[in-house]
Amino acid sequence: MRTKFFFPLLAHVLASIAVAPLLWILISALKPAEDVFSFGWPSAWTLENLRYVLFKIPLPMFLMNSAIVSVVVTVVALFFHSMAAYALARLRFPGRGIIFSGIMSTLLVSLPVILVPLFLVAKQLNLLDSYAGLIVPSIFHAFGIFLLRQYYLNIPRELEEAADLDGCGYWRRYWSVILPLSRPVLASLSVLFFLANWNAFLWPLTITRNPDLRVIQLGISGMQGQYASAWNLILAAAVIAAIPTVVVFVAGQKRLVDAMKTTGLK
Amino acid sequence: MTKKRREALAAYAFLAPDVLGLLAFVAVPMVLAFGVAFFKVDGFGNYQYVGLANYQLMGSDDQLWSSLKITAIYVVTFVPIAFVISFALAMLVRNHFRGIGWVRSAFFLPHVVSLVVVALIWQFLLVDKRGAISRLLSPLGLGDVSFLGTPSLALGTYVVISVWFVMGYQMLVLLAGLKDVPKELEDAAQIDGASTWQRFRYVIWPLMRPTSFFVVVNSTIGAVTGLQAFDLVFVLTKGGPARATSTVVLYIYEQAFTFNNMGYAAALTTVVVALLVACTGLMFAFTKGGRFDED
Repeated sequence: MRTKFFFPLLAHVLASIAVAPLLWILISALKPAEDVFSFGWPSAWTLENLRYVLFKIPLPMFLMNSAIVSVVVTVVALFFHSMAAYALARLRFPGRGIIFSGIMSTLLVSLPVILVPLFLVAKQLNLLDSYAGLIVPSIFHAFGIFLLRQYYLNIPRELEEAADLDGCGYWRRYWSVILPLSRPVLASLSVLFFLANWNAFLWPLTITRNPDLRVIQLGISGMQGQYASAWNLILAAAVIAAIPTVVVFVAGQKRLVDAMKTTGLK
Repeated sequence: MTKKRREALAAYAFLAPDVLGLLAFVAVPMVLAFGVAFFKVDGFGNYQYVGLANYQLMGSDDQLWSSLKITAIYVVTFVPIAFVISFALAMLVRNHFRGIGWVRSAFFLPHVVSLVVVALIWQFLLVDKRGAISRLLSPLGLGDVSFLGTPSLALGTYVVISVWFVMGYQMLVLLAGLKDVPKELEDAAQIDGASTWQRFRYVIWPLMRPTSFFVVVNSTIGAVTGLQAFDLVFVLTKGGPARATSTVVLYIYEQAFTFNNMGYAAALTTVVVALLVACTGLMFAFTKGGRFDED
């Protein structure tokens, strides 16, 4: 049948068009400044642009700030979320329904909606222009709690009961039974959380003024003004900012897709 | 202490960090927005009660109305286009073929890169006259068109960029829905003589309602108040040219952090929230919450 051949071919062609802008930017970042707008392969490949942005601009500091914030938020958030999810999925207590719906209702609120009041709260708590300001408000999000709770509901009760008979308290049951069993879902979520925090722009833009606290997204967007027409440098910096996300995506692709699917279905 | 009480206390302890955090950084700000809307707040954090003045101000605020209109145009073009393209892509990569892994990743890859990088990429591609897109279009006589510099074209350009950014994500979500459409139903329809189109229209489409509903609602919320409506615009055009791309979230940001009108910005926030709730309610009513049954 002709369609058997046609549709896969079409898919390949469209996929190539979709990634073309990304490849174009990668190649352009490796061209000498005067070639940056020319079509096709560079006349000479050069690492000069990458070297310039890494050594003449505080890009390593921006990368470091982003790495610190992304890693800390991911680790702390997963820890808190899994604790909350454990209680919601496995323990009985008065007010469980209300607390669960309360947590879920916060899913409707996105950052741009509460930006102004959140800024005022952060200001009251003395979080402006600090790592704490970048990190703490980014930790709390109902999405991870929800996903982990779904996962915990499906872990067989017997496992916990065995631990209970052995005299384990709730903490031991969580730490030694549930947490090791949730490695796969924690891995999926960590890919998602890392990407979201590495790519964050609006909150860091709002909460920091100090150039030393600039995260990578702020750093590269700031280059626009400073190096307005030096596209070879802007592109080199953009490529460097994108590399960790692409690496994390390729490495954690299957996990990310699993997490995505679960979100879509519920 | 009874076992029941011990269990409850343990549960509260496990919940405490997240619940307190969500209260402090989501719930309180949300409620606070409604309170702050009644004050004039300056950059130094001085509050002065002004009653409904912030809301009265909106009536004569032309920029607010223009930004709401721009947001509405953006939503009603972006959401359907993104949905149709993503659905088509999901159908295209539904069945296995050689290289399917690369194809799916290729569509998703733009979504992995940050919106700031996306903005820089497109700004470079769209540089007047010298950018790749101008040069590709010059044989068609469109080489001189400034896509981001012409008010009537800038918003359309945003729609294209946004579609490129979200289509891989929406495709994956829809694909997961398609996986749940029972193969037997399609096979049965085929045996009964249903054409490809009929199988799509009467088997796949109705069964995809819940997933489609989720995608469309999510996409609408993203287009109105999501980061997409802010990051991209802030980096690319700052709302220009001639405010043609000033979305309502960008306008709120400007009121709060450029002009220091925090109170007015909070009042605007409450209006957007109300509009969003109304929008979602309407969609819910129209699609019956995306339930399976047709009538």
